[in-house]
Amino acid sequence: MKNFFRILFLITLFVGFQYNSNAAEKIEYLKTDWSFKGLFGKFDRASLQRGYQVYTEVCSSCHSMKYLSYRNLAEKGGPEFTEVQAKAIAASFEVTDGPNADGDMFTRPGKLSDKFVMPYENTKAAQAANGGAYPPDMSVLVKARGGGVDYIYSLLQGYEDPPSGVTLDDGVYYNKFMYGNKIKMANQLSDGLVEYGDGTNSTVEQMSKDVTTFLMWAAEPHLESRHRMGFKAIVYLIILTILVYFSMKKIWSGIKTEV
Amino acid sequence: MSDHEYTPKSNFGKWFNDRLPLLTLANHLTDYPTPKNLNYWWTFGGILTFCLITQIVTGLVLAMHYIAHADMAFDSVEHIMRDVNYGWLIRYIHANGASMFFLAVYIHIFRSLFYGSYKAPREIIWIIGIIIYLLMMAAAFMGYVLPWGQMSFWGATVITNLFSAIPFVGEGIVTWLWGGYSVDNPTLTRFFTLHYLIPFLILGLVVLHIWALHVPGNNNPVGIDVKKPSKDTVPFHPYIVIKDGFALLMFMIVFAFFVFYSPNILGHADNYIEADPLVTPAHIVPEWYLLPFYAILRSVPDKLLGVVAMLSAIFILAALPWLDTSKIRSAVFRPLYRQFYWILVADVLILGYVGAMPAEGLYLLIARVATAYYFLHFLVVLPLLGYKEKTLPIPLSITEPVLGGSPNLATAKNDERLNK
Amino acid sequence: MSEKKTNRRDFLFTATYAVGAVGVGAVVWPMIDQMNPDASVKALASTEVDVSSLNPGKTITVLWRGKPVFIRRRTQEEIAEAKSVKLEDLKDPQKDEDRAKDPEWLVMLGVCTHLGCVPLDQKGDYNGWFCPCHGSHYDTSGRIRKGPAPTNMEIPKYEFVNANTIKIG
Repeated sequence: MKNFFRILFLITLFVGFQYNSNAAEKIEYLKTDWSFKGLFGKFDRASLQRGYQVYTEVCSSCHSMKYLSYRNLAEKGGPEFTEVQAKAIAASFEVTDGPNADGDMFTRPGKLSDKFVMPYENTKAAQAANGGAYPPDMSVLVKARGGGVDYIYSLLQGYEDPPSGVTLDDGVYYNKFMYGNKIKMANQLSDGLVEYGDGTNSTVEQMSKDVTTFLMWAAEPHLESRHRMGFKAIVYLIILTILVYFSMKKIWSGIKTEV
Repeated sequence: MSDHEYTPKSNFGKWFNDRLPLLTLANHLTDYPTPKNLNYWWTFGGILTFCLITQIVTGLVLAMHYIAHADMAFDSVEHIMRDVNYGWLIRYIHANGASMFFLAVYIHIFRSLFYGSYKAPREIIWIIGIIIYLLMMAAAFMGYVLPWGQMSFWGATVITNLFSAIPFVGEGIVTWLWGGYSVDNPTLTRFFTLHYLIPFLILGLVVLHIWALHVPGNNNPVGIDVKKPSKDTVPFHPYIVIKDGFALLMFMIVFAFFVFYSPNILGHADNYIEADPLVTPAHIVPEWYLLPFYAILRSVPDKLLGVVAMLSAIFILAALPWLDTSKIRSAVFRPLYRQFYWILVADVLILGYVGAMPAEGLYLLIARVATAYYFLHFLVVLPLLGYKEKTLPIPLSITEPVLGGSPNLATAKNDERLNK
Repeated sequence: MSEKKTNRRDFLFTATYAVGAVGVGAVVWPMIDQMNPDASVKALASTEVDVSSLNPGKTITVLWRGKPVFIRRRTQEEIAEAKSVKLEDLKDPQKDEDRAKDPEWLVMLGVCTHLGCVPLDQKGDYNGWFCPCHGSHYDTSGRIRKGPAPTNMEIPKYEFVNANTIKIG
């Protein structure tokens, strides 16, 4: 058994090492309780629905989410809008389809199977409309940033007046959580900006939390089933390990050596 | 291969076995006499077989959904993650499986270094192992390119550019590797092809690795030759099978934690940004398992010599059976070697650490010292140690220890002394 | 070794094997299920077709779930012919009323029920469709009349969303 502790130690060391090397340039991010962290972490449905509202009303005018479809909004483990609600959401968007029999493109109301409508035709158009800076696609944004949800959550609340001595060009803003502190996105959130259907007070903090939760789900739509399956898998493995351990002891019982 | 003749019991078995001796092979594998004092460090061979099979199976599945095209690769990975049934699970197993594979292979290699498993008559096993390790690195590198994220793209650019260090023909080779003037779609499709091929080469080499192992039989913690079969050995099945199985399950628990609870911790966030040939990420870092070699590469200020140093660091391992002049295999009986062994382990860990840090200031200095020591260990320390070291008395058999108690206990005691 | 001990040992091994087998099964399933239609494929279950420009006696072919769907605006003669056939004469007896809700419109999967080829329009001995692969003849209602195909061409789920639009699926 002794060897096991050594192996375990080595693995801990290795994991710690990995955390450490990622932590090399860590900034202290704002903290909040994320319901989706931990062994049994789940999304807060109401927060996801509010987050979707913030995304559509605020972010979606510049940021695309090209890997999401409207049907995802009704799927299990997500915001879980009813199918009727999701259909209504989809239908509220004009989707370009075609070519039709005459060879022309046409628009029609969105369907569940459609991908989220993009604010710009392509990257170049997005850059042109935003002073050269491309508003990144948000589908996997949480996973594409080192600090993950904490980073996004902090960034949304990190706008400040630049300290003296820092000069900003036109269209550049100061954000204490941005890498290099200079960001081309202006502060988007202000208290009461969005009117939540469920009566939640839409403070900047609340909106940041909701939209970040929504982005986390967008990046990891199967997070809940992953956690559920993970717990089952590990419990199963532990049971089997115990059984195999005793079987091993039995089998080796006639042999004089340490197992 | 087998030490004794085997005759199947049934008539059909005999008929079949005369034509294709599969049953003899199966009998050899089950009866294969294994030293009974193998400790848990020896279970990593089995664990590695599991890793290889896991990677091949999940890889085949992913290849059914993945599209090897610069415009579609990133999208198809997201398609796997979102829409394919259990696609997220299979991809996370494959991605983390690569890390688990390397974790296991490093333990396997360092076990071999500690117990002198590379020494005569096991040099061929060792060299095949080094080739497998090289192919693993190639497969892992190319696999990392396939999602076509920022790290994929720039990792591919940086690594392929290493070849440009070759005098005269370097530039030509790089263009040839790329199939163009930069990493692009032709590069991606050929990397996918090779990434698909290499695991099967590895599988073939694993068969040779095991074949070569079964000729002299396993080394063991005491490092002395074991008569086989004898009271010092046990048949592979069921004794070693169940022990390997137990260790494998422990390993799978760790594996499962990564897959289900931190699937992205071993990767890099930048790889979730689609490849952009116009923007390089702020920090280009290879996957953790390549970091020590990356540190060696960067510690040399000359382009060509840096590449030479990095490759030498791997190839020097192939010469290890001849660089180590000591006749004693196990470090248990080599008090001085044991100290140097742990210094080497620390050295490699330090190289890995500085490999992840920016190549400047103190980090660069540490990387240079650690690189120098790495080569010193193999080129100076090991050859000299064989002549100078005063080794401990070796038991006559693994069941007749001279140090009191069981040999395994002796190992443990010695290690404890080391920790003081 | 006492008998009692043997039993316990057997039980332990049996339990280990059984639990192990369950795990193998649980791992195999995702590897199989991944080949089933994925979520994005399942979502594309319906398609809408504008039929306003389709004249009697004409057929259009549209793609639905990767397969051709024939939409034919039948003439009065065709309808009369389809309705006049006796059920006893059919290999796969089915009334025309059951196949075409609105007799003017025939909407069916354009896939021969023999081995999946696409039959040709207005060919064959029954003025309907003819499959060139192995010679199956279908009538004006898409029912099998002659040849190796076992059943009539399949009618998918469809509805008229409005006078000009058919929604298939």
